[in-house]
Amino acid sequence: MSGNGASAVEIQGLNKWFKAFHVLKDINLTVARRERVVICGPSGSGKSTLIRCINALEPHQEGKIIVEGVPLSEEVGQVEAVRANVGMVFQQFNLFPHLTALENCTLAPMWVKKMPKAKAEALAMQYLERVHIPEQANKYPGQLSGGQQQRVAIARALTMEPRIMLFDEPTSALDPEMIKEVLETMVELAETGMTMLVVTHEMGFARTVANRIVFMDFGEIVEIAPPEEFFTNPKSGRTKEFLGQILR
Amino acid sequence: MTQRRPPRVVMPGPVEWLRDNLFSSPLNALLTVLALFLVYWIVVPFFQWAIVDAAWSGTTREACLARENGACWPFIIQRIDQFIYGFYDLAQRWRVDLTLAGLAAGLMWLTLPGLPAKRGVGAVMLTAFPVVAFVLLVGGVGLERVPTERWGGLIITLVVAVVGIVASLPLGILLALGRRSELPVVKGLSVAFIEFWRGVPLITVLFMAANMLPLFMGVSVNKLLAALIAVALFSSAYMAEVIRGGLQAIPKGQYEAAAAMGLGYWQSMIFIILPQALRLSLPNIVGNFIGLLKDTSLVSIIGFFDLLGIAQAGTADAAWATPNTALTGYAFVGAVYWAMCFSMSRYSKHLEGVLASGEKR
Repeated sequence: MSGNGASAVEIQGLNKWFKAFHVLKDINLTVARRERVVICGPSGSGKSTLIRCINALEPHQEGKIIVEGVPLSEEVGQVEAVRANVGMVFQQFNLFPHLTALENCTLAPMWVKKMPKAKAEALAMQYLERVHIPEQANKYPGQLSGGQQQRVAIARALTMEPRIMLFDEPTSALDPEMIKEVLETMVELAETGMTMLVVTHEMGFARTVANRIVFMDFGEIVEIAPPEEFFTNPKSGRTKEFLGQILR
Repeated sequence: MTQRRPPRVVMPGPVEWLRDNLFSSPLNALLTVLALFLVYWIVVPFFQWAIVDAAWSGTTREACLARENGACWPFIIQRIDQFIYGFYDLAQRWRVDLTLAGLAAGLMWLTLPGLPAKRGVGAVMLTAFPVVAFVLLVGGVGLERVPTERWGGLIITLVVAVVGIVASLPLGILLALGRRSELPVVKGLSVAFIEFWRGVPLITVLFMAANMLPLFMGVSVNKLLAALIAVALFSSAYMAEVIRGGLQAIPKGQYEAAAAMGLGYWQSMIFIILPQALRLSLPNIVGNFIGLLKDTSLVSIIGFFDLLGIAQAGTADAAWATPNTALTGYAFVGAVYWAMCFSMSRYSKHLEGVLASGEKR
């Protein structure tokens, strides 16, 4: 399923409206394979909406999105084909509360990929080990801490063996002492060469892990720059203002 | 370092218990006295009527006339067969016994904790058992036919209730999903169906099914079958709304997480959404079942002698004309209904506990 070219995600002329409200304005963004892109910006700037368009959780009205060579379109099967390549981690974890951590991880491999149960469980355990919580496999989400839940959610997305991982403010709902364990898991994932698009306010993570930082405001991409340049020499006044507020 | 012991828990004595629970304030004391007075006023006379002053032996109404201030239990004892079988052919009643025994065994297996293979037993109860029960009750395959007009009593009540319950849950789920569908046709049809059935009284529906349809359409439908279909459709509309309530309580994130992992609509419904929604709606679902069980007594309107119908028929019988026949009949039928409904209610409570034990939110 290797797409054409070297880009994992290609977004051209993307426009999206919620009713009359123009949330995404003429977005152009190309993410290379193995690249790690952090998207930041003030709340309401459209950054979450942007990554939610990539796996079609949000429909868009204009423009082209091509994920691993598969264009997102209305055609039957296209959305499923794109989602098979894309894993997603949510701000609110969205674990299934009636299933154990292990069952959360085996469900999609068993029913989407038709994997036998034993194989799916072995795979799930492998990823639960990778996020360092194999011992919690048989607990229900309600019995885990926020950080543990988010790590299960990461493992759950990884069991589908996606080529791209989307993170939608993965640490924003966590207590400060839990943020670190989730960020460490994400750093480890980055080291494996996973293509990652991360919406986050964690500027430390952005600085050390990102290849490029995308700054959005009012539904537009204001600036795209490597972290070094982004933090030390931002071009736009809006970026400077944002960094002034967030860094201090 | 010495370990601190937990503080000793002092068990309250009976006097303290009374003070804490029944007489903790002047208002509570007053309410307690009032409640005791009510109990004395109602429960004691009932006990007197139902047990102490009641006629227990005898085979005719004379035994009851002799004890005019008490219940007439010989009426029930003499007619217990009618209360269970209606007018089902005497020689064939073993078939009803077998069906009831099968139902009871299956239900007990499914509800008692700790028994193995519940899934298998459940599957048998939902697939093979209805077929066997149908053949046993109706006849065919070498068994003599017993026309449904002769059925009555508990079997009518149970057949209508069980069929209604078993049919209304899946139908209700489909209707609830349909009502939340994004497809306008599916949604429109579901809404129309639900609102139609919720808008008509069950009595009307039963009457139409039994009398008007054959009249208008010129086809003779088995009356019991018509009633079964009417009850199933009627209760599925209510069930749909109960389940829709549960569906609406599921956070949007659950749908999104399922979709993001590539699960299709039916997969996310079956594995993610419905298990949670049904658990949330369980108390209301069982509430509907209980209502349905009691509503089955309305089939007496279209000429069936269900449990209540048999009691009413008995009270009109000159052979049992005593001042207490009707009261005794209604008390007995009420007790049977109460026992069935209360069991359902307790089991639902138990099930809630079991389902909640693993998943603490």
